Amino acid sequence: MTTTISPSPVRRSVTVKAAPQRAFKVFTAGFSSWWPKGHSIGSVPQKTATIEPRVGGRWYETGEDGSECPWGDVIAWEPPQRILLAWRIGADWKYDPKLLTEVEVHFVPLAEGGTRVELEHRLLENMGDKADETAAMLGSEGGWGGILVGFGAAADAAA
Amino acid sequence: MAYDYSQIAALADPTRRTIFERVAQRPCSVAEITRTLPVSQSAVSQHLKVLKEALLVRMEPQGARNIYHIDPAGLGRMRAWLDRLWAEALDEFRLAADRPEDDSIKEDRENET
Repeated sequence: MTTTISPSPVRRSVTVKAAPQRAFKVFTAGFSSWWPKGHSIGSVPQKTATIEPRVGGRWYETGEDGSECPWGDVIAWEPPQRILLAWRIGADWKYDPKLLTEVEVHFVPLAEGGTRVELEHRLLENMGDKADETAAMLGSEGGWGGILVGFGAAADAAA
Repeated sequence: MAYDYSQIAALADPTRRTIFERVAQRPCSVAEITRTLPVSQSAVSQHLKVLKEALLVRMEPQGARNIYHIDPAGLGRMRAWLDRLWAEALDEFRLAADRPEDDSIKEDRENET
């Protein structure tokens, strides 16, 4: 039996003029310098975001009030070629230490100079790991079944 | 819990609703869906396209066929959000990486030979 729910990974790449060494450094040590500030997970505005430079290192954001909000951790640390991060924020926007989705970043040197940075965010299906619950929800009155009934009633009333 | 109006709208059509319910039962191909309905395969494809755009179903190629699966509410949107997030983040990253090197991140320049 195949799994019913498995979204394809998010894949993005970007080419920079910098060599892999610098690209890796900017990506990791300089994470806070480029990460869009608006995308904070915590309840307070984000001041900095950090990737600790080692396997097992934490990946977290620090709010303006000094509070820390974990995002995940470092699974593989291979400067300047590759970094593998665990992103443990679920579809409910909460950190869940048991949730594993992976963000893998490759820094590929280009013959003409510069680096292609290839990012893949995968195992997104784990966010739907409550697949049983989802299936139950879909079948229940509060789920699609109920929504469809409600919709049918609204559509009929409008007709 | 709030649902996207677009998703409800996508299910407005009774045939589309039947197709969605069929896909919710188990993943299937356009041909399989068409066989059980009194509509043409191209009509089924059109309906699936609308369902796909509303993030209700998603498509996965399997050999020569495309298999449709349900996309549980939230998951499709989460994926779309992550896709946009990484696009935006990598743009920012590119600017930072290509900025002249006299800024912040140079603590171990002296280690380089």
